[in-house]
Amino acid sequence: MHIVIIGNGVSGITAARHIRKRSDHQITVISAESEHFFSRTALMYVYMGHMRWTDIKPYEDWFWEKNRIDLVHDYVESIDYGGNQVILAKANPIKYDKLILATGSKSNKFGWPGQDLEAVYGLYSKQDLEAMERHTPGLKRAVIVGGGLIGIEMAEMFRSRDIPVTMIVRESNYWDNVLPAEEAAMISRHIREHHIDLRLGVNLGEIIDDGQGKACAVTIKETGERIDCGYVGLTAGVSPRIDLVKDGPIETGRGILVDDYLETSVPGIYALGDCAELREPQPGRRPIEAIWYAGRMMGETVAHTLTGDRQPYRPRLWFNSAKFLDIEYQVYGDVPAQLPEDLSTLYWEHSDGRQSIRIVYETATEAVRGFNLFGVRYRHEVCEKWILDKASLDTVLQDISLANFDPEFCKQYEQDLVDQYNQATGKSLSLRKKRNLDQVLTFLNLRS
Amino acid sequence: MEIIKKIGLTLFFIGLLLFTACLHLSKFQMAGELAVDNDVHRTAITNAAAQSGLQGGEPQSIWTFAPRLKTTIKDAQSMLQAEVDAQGLPEGVAEWDYKIGDWKIKEYISSIVSSSTAGPISKSPWLWFFLTFGLGIIGGLLYILPSFAKLPGIKNDHVYHRSYQRGLRLAPRAAVLSLTIAGVLGYGIIYMGGSWIWTALTVAAGAIILYLVMIQQDSAKNQPARSAGPSITGWFGIFTGIYLIGFYILLYWAPSYIQGWIQLVNPISEALSGGPASQWFLYGFMYTIIVIVMGIRMIAKYRHNTYQMIRTGSVMFFQTAFAFLIPEIMVRLNQPYYDFKNIWPLNYTFFFDWNLNKLLDSGGLGIFMLVWGIALIVIAVPVITYFFGKRWYCSWVCGCGGLAETMGDPYRQLSDKSLRAWKIERFTIHAVLVFAVVMTILVLISYFSGSARLGFLNSEQVRTWYGFLIGSAFAGVVGTGFYPLMGNRMWCRFGCPLAAYLGLVQRFKSRFRITVNGGQCISCGNCSTYCEMGIDVRHYAQRGQDIVRSSCVGCGVCSAVCPRGVLRLENASGDIATRTSELRTIHIGEDEVTMLS
Ligand SMILES: Cc1cc2nc3c(=O)[nH]c(=O)nc-3n(C[C@H](O)[C@H](O)[C@H](O)COP(=O)(O)OP(=O)(O)OC[C@H]3O[C@@H](n4cnc5c(N)ncnc54)[C@H](O)[C@@H]3O)c2cc1C
Ligand code: SF4
Ligand code: SF4
Repeated sequence: MHIVIIGNGVSGITAARHIRKRSDHQITVISAESEHFFSRTALMYVYMGHMRWTDIKPYEDWFWEKNRIDLVHDYVESIDYGGNQVILAKANPIKYDKLILATGSKSNKFGWPGQDLEAVYGLYSKQDLEAMERHTPGLKRAVIVGGGLIGIEMAEMFRSRDIPVTMIVRESNYWDNVLPAEEAAMISRHIREHHIDLRLGVNLGEIIDDGQGKACAVTIKETGERIDCGYVGLTAGVSPRIDLVKDGPIETGRGILVDDYLETSVPGIYALGDCAELREPQPGRRPIEAIWYAGRMMGETVAHTLTGDRQPYRPRLWFNSAKFLDIEYQVYGDVPAQLPEDLSTLYWEHSDGRQSIRIVYETATEAVRGFNLFGVRYRHEVCEKWILDKASLDTVLQDISLANFDPEFCKQYEQDLVDQYNQATGKSLSLRKKRNLDQVLTFLNLRS
Repeated sequence: MEIIKKIGLTLFFIGLLLFTACLHLSKFQMAGELAVDNDVHRTAITNAAAQSGLQGGEPQSIWTFAPRLKTTIKDAQSMLQAEVDAQGLPEGVAEWDYKIGDWKIKEYISSIVSSSTAGPISKSPWLWFFLTFGLGIIGGLLYILPSFAKLPGIKNDHVYHRSYQRGLRLAPRAAVLSLTIAGVLGYGIIYMGGSWIWTALTVAAGAIILYLVMIQQDSAKNQPARSAGPSITGWFGIFTGIYLIGFYILLYWAPSYIQGWIQLVNPISEALSGGPASQWFLYGFMYTIIVIVMGIRMIAKYRHNTYQMIRTGSVMFFQTAFAFLIPEIMVRLNQPYYDFKNIWPLNYTFFFDWNLNKLLDSGGLGIFMLVWGIALIVIAVPVITYFFGKRWYCSWVCGCGGLAETMGDPYRQLSDKSLRAWKIERFTIHAVLVFAVVMTILVLISYFSGSARLGFLNSEQVRTWYGFLIGSAFAGVVGTGFYPLMGNRMWCRFGCPLAAYLGLVQRFKSRFRITVNGGQCISCGNCSTYCEMGIDVRHYAQRGQDIVRSSCVGCGVCSAVCPRGVLRLENASGDIATRTSELRTIHIGEDEVTMLS
């Protein structure tokens, strides 16, 4: 069987690797952006000089040949559904038995005037990175439109080169459509601490042409203020990249619609990762989850299905992580920005305003539902087990040290958290476990 | 802030420049009685010096003085030889008390040079000390201290943009390495008194390793993807590397030429041990200063991470107290020079006859030192490594590790992460361990039998070659000289026999591992890039597999630089047998599907 995969991002590559692990099928991965798989999440580190391009490639270049995964560095122009082949821009068409679409996302553009000028880019691809590098010499100011996880990375990139940055963010606190108010305020403070000109609660008016087709300034819609700049970053989210299949028989919504088995409406064609939209997501989950982890899990799932072990896509508990400049962020389970009636929350924040712990629980049963962590690392497996086991807040608090994943000797804040809880509730809980791997293994039933 | 850093950098470079210039500025002149303890030899050399005009001549720089001195001593040697040829040995005098043996020449050059100093540095050593070390330290601190004002967090910006940190492309890197190896092996023939057999054996061993890695294991075509990308060549790094390599070559094999530097620290040596400085005192002093100043830099850089701060404090302490001050104080108290934290086989001279005799002759304390040294090998290494992994030594105590973690920190990203490098590493480091063990056994057999001849082998030569090839060339010239070229743990990773021993314990019987936090890894590669041991940490992290690698020195930097909090250094006994295989990734499926890797 010949399996053709379009897109060498994490979802396509994970699928390829696992198919190879489990079978002898012929595998071809076609991608236009780069010859080899690279970590998209690490693009920023190349610009900042933490790593070279070669360092963000998770596998050495010989890996593919050795594992008999054929790489084709080309653009897929269209799919010939009847002939079961993909038509390439440069090379000859390639026939497939099964086709996997893993085409990823593209940066959102909301029809702003001037959005197609030169020096206006998103931050998604290798080419975007190269554009940033190209425009950096002599750059006096960059404007970033849109908050969120990519905007903050772009801001950090420019700040690493001492380029002044203005961020135009619609929300009234940074990313407060996802983060609860306290955390959003903390991040807003931290962004300003890094001398980034953060404009909250405003929208982009237009991007102004310098007369030669290049952006030279933007205006703010609400105030009309003009901000001169040599680069405009558009980081107001991403949307699935579906132009390849849009006009064909495959059903699409915002993304490529797939069933539980990640199969599209055309049998034998699957879609994964950022470009896929689940027809029936799990309760509480979104149909498109454009994150690294989802792509990876989908890749594994489809590999099972295509190698004789048909598996539905069942992501376990929601988790994610990110970094806002110097502050690391981890989330496990449900942590809504606006608490619904039936949920309550325990929130602790360090006096330096750069660390916080939040536990969300059901008001009625006190079963724990989610963890939100800033500047503190918690163990994935432990948090997940508590949430899946519906452990009560009291149990979790008494055992909370099991979850701590900060490096050795780092100050632990579990006692502060419990003290605060005791004070607020009049209870007298105390920590009964230590941060100790043996205890964690026992808790997780992983001890042999 | 920036201006202070610039001033600091300028001062540092002025200090470095003057330090370098000291080699030339110090002048030498023979005066008074020569520092030669044999009367016959002294008279002969004095006469030869009078003839050659060296005695009583103008003060001159080391570049002319040392070669002329060598010729003079050789003249004296042939004069004495001629006398013996003509008249035979005088009654009751042993041959080598009369004739000058070839092996004495080096010793005499060095003692005469160090007692013939003249010129500005020996006249005002403190002034020059300030102008070199003083400016260097002040400049360094001015450059480092402003970092404490920055917000805490990982600061690796521009590492790969800086000419002194970004390393070399594969081809120039291979060229510098090959040239150095060829130079060392070539000089080895001279060092072993013209015998080429040792060089030949070493080349053969190297060839076998290369054959096994490149051809037998078929990785010749596997280009090391993570050696520097194209168009990246750091000239400043090459310069730094060559400076360091040059320093080590002079230090080990031509110490008379660095008399200018030794004089700088003379007053400090006098104050500490009561005796004049040797090249080893100079080395120990510089080493300690560098570990302290660069340790402060390390603490500034990682001050959001308590593990890093404590660990750095620990290596600074062990270097200053155990490696530098205590041995000097021992000497002052007429006790044997002893570094209490140096463990055989890194401390390869521990079982040499002169060391054993010295310890055995020094009464109770000497015996204690002997027992302590052996206890470190047979008890401390396995037991502490079982509990905490090899990090307790390699990145908390050891001097080589201390230098690597402080002065070497700017270069940690240059370690080669390719699979091929790992294969080479496993052969070389275990080969050195075997060499160290065999060498020590031979030396001990000789010690008890009283004869250096063991069949066709001469244990004296084996140990000389070990000292030259491993102790000096590998640990020093390549180990440190290649910091800016191939990373800061070249020696620890490819050569250190103690690291090999610790590593075996760590790999097979230790509670230590690096745990991976569920499925949080985003494969960004920061951990692998900044792993000084060239471990591809990401390979394990992205599969959710705990990391158990014999080479991991537990520096904790992978954990510190990970932007997603994925890695943690931990100890546990519960799952020792399975800690390598357990894949705890949270991937897909409900509990009925267990997905591995
Ligand atoms: C800057 C940045 C930071 C991020 N950080 C995080 C993070 O910290 N955590 C996290 O969970 N997620 C993060 N993400 C999101 C994450 O990177 C994506 O969810 C993930 O990369 C999607 O993988 P994919 O395989 O679905 O698609 P992609 O990685 O986008 O791969 C798709 C590939 O297919 C190619 N392609 C598309 N169409 C064609 C065609 N017709 N012919 C040939 N090739 C084609 C594209 O060029 C692309 O190379 C980040 C994203 C960005 C941009
Ligand atoms: S794996 Fe991590 S702790 Fe071990 S040596 Fe490498 S960076 Fe240091
Ligand atoms: S473990 Fe951390 S640093 Fe390493 S690749 Fe994964 S996310 Fe990056």
